[in-house]
Amino acid sequence: MKVLLDIQALKTPRGIVATIVVLLCGLMPIIAPAIGESFYVDVFARTMIWAIAAVSLNLIMGYGGMISFGHAAFFGIGAYTIGILAFHGVTSAWVQWPVALILSALVGLVFGAISLRTKGVYFIMITLALAQMLYFLSVSAQRYGSDDGLTINDRSDFGIGFFNLDDDLTLYYLIFAVLLLCVYVSWRIVNSPFGMVVRGAKSNDNRMQALGYPTTRYKLTAFVIAGVMCGMAGVLDANLEEFVSPDALNWPRSGEMIFMVVLGGMGSLFGPVTGAVVFWLLQDFLANWRGFIGDHWAIIFGPFLILVVLFARGGIHGLVDRLFSRKGGAQ
Amino acid sequence: MNYVLFAEQFLNGFQLGMILFLLAAGLTLVFGIMDLVNLAHGSLYMLGAYFAATFSHLTGSFVWAILLAVPAMVAAGIIIEMIALRTLYARDHLDQVLATFGLILFFNELTRIVWGPEGQVIPLPAYLDGSVALPLGIDYPVYRLVIIGCGLAVALGLWVLVSKTRIGMLIRAGSSNREMAGALGVNIATLFTVVFGIGAALAGFGGMIITPITQAEVGMGEIILIQAFVVVVIGGIGSIKGAFIAAILIGVIDTMGRSFLDLLLLFILPANAAEAAGPALSSMLIFILMAGILFFRPQGLFPPKGAR
Repeated sequence: MKVLLDIQALKTPRGIVATIVVLLCGLMPIIAPAIGESFYVDVFARTMIWAIAAVSLNLIMGYGGMISFGHAAFFGIGAYTIGILAFHGVTSAWVQWPVALILSALVGLVFGAISLRTKGVYFIMITLALAQMLYFLSVSAQRYGSDDGLTINDRSDFGIGFFNLDDDLTLYYLIFAVLLLCVYVSWRIVNSPFGMVVRGAKSNDNRMQALGYPTTRYKLTAFVIAGVMCGMAGVLDANLEEFVSPDALNWPRSGEMIFMVVLGGMGSLFGPVTGAVVFWLLQDFLANWRGFIGDHWAIIFGPFLILVVLFARGGIHGLVDRLFSRKGGAQ
Repeated sequence: MNYVLFAEQFLNGFQLGMILFLLAAGLTLVFGIMDLVNLAHGSLYMLGAYFAATFSHLTGSFVWAILLAVPAMVAAGIIIEMIALRTLYARDHLDQVLATFGLILFFNELTRIVWGPEGQVIPLPAYLDGSVALPLGIDYPVYRLVIIGCGLAVALGLWVLVSKTRIGMLIRAGSSNREMAGALGVNIATLFTVVFGIGAALAGFGGMIITPITQAEVGMGEIILIQAFVVVVIGGIGSIKGAFIAAILIGVIDTMGRSFLDLLLLFILPANAAEAAGPALSSMLIFILMAGILFFRPQGLFPPKGAR
């Protein structure tokens, strides 16, 4: 916890942005009703779930150089596990959540083992194809609603009186806590000897191998950890929406996750969270615009994405660093 | 087993393979030569379908619609390359993936604005609409045979273009070593634009000729794009020959799987389980095949010579 509490780190431009984002997320249940826009609590709950997914993707993409275009698969596994277990009457969180996370880990192991045999653009296409495979599986699962999705009647039940997810505020702060935990875990991983090997493999895989590290095994472990984290986001999403559909794991979701990471700042610890918040606020803003733009917000959003890619390398955190740079960022 | 049904489904699979080849050929050319991952290739497929639908509506003739839409696709491809993609060649794959993902959002929405949310149809002329009697008592739609013929003709044309002509020589030179080709006086920028124009026309042509069977709709490009990716990966990125063989393989296996897998499963599973597992497994079949092939040959079946 040293750096998180370190006042010096909070004073860097990135630190200030991160602090603002955390405060915004933490205080939204108070802020939103105060400005008369209560639905922003819902928007932020969803945003934080996507932030968890983005943080997990950043772990392999930003630090490990593994550009996975199929990360939504894990989100879908988490969400569908909750949905399918609830469908069969199993609502205890003590059963649901471990099953969801173990399943994410297993799929991460298989998908990672297959796709890590390849590099570069092959890796992108294979992760995409493997995720689409699960998408088609979910579409063809007629018992669980196929295209129409699966309504979840009961949220996960922890069996603890004061900790009931049916209470929206409890769920909100659970999501908030999980998000902070995921950022903290990422920070620990990235700065651990294990994380150093993964980061080393990103900049020069051959050299790391020459140093005696079996890099593929390290990368595979990182891939599985990221998968479990993203599965957790799916678990939370199923509880928040009380609904899951094949859309949750379709490829545009994976693309959006990549965009959130890049928008916030790839390879910066808190960047994906900032990216997710800006992504959802912007989308919300455009979609609620009256008239033509509100109906066709993607016509603005698509080119915006291209412009960010072309002109804002390093994302928002990189931009903030450049605008207020004194000695560079926190990392 | 019903042999007529089997033969029909085989031909259907072959026809899907031809459409996949039209997409994969452009995709693999663009990647092999320009090192560009173009997710928006499916958008070109969709644009081709909508262009042809509009021209068919205006001229009332299917043949004229194709004849007008193909050059329009070349032009569209060149414009897209010059405006949006040119700056991406020097970027890494992540930037390319994201920017072309943005292009997909843009084109899907643009199509919705211009043509509206409803699908567009292309009516077939009477002489293409019927069935023809093949040997062994098979009645097969003429138009599907036309698609197969078109695909084979394009494959032959591409082979001649790439291996027998001067521009093909430049394409091969550019794909094995861009810098060297540039240093020897080949205008790489123009070559890239021409190749992208060809790729756009191929993808657009695929969209055009499938539309009379299905219809032109927003998002049609993305579904087939994923399959085309599987084809390109299995065939070996940058190899047109690989794309051709893998396209037929994927087309046939996907179609046959959807028709016959549940029957095959009946041999090993009880009826209700086979009925449930059949559709699920058949929709995953080509991805399982891809994973299997890559596990043994990570570079695909036909990696081009001198690939980086």
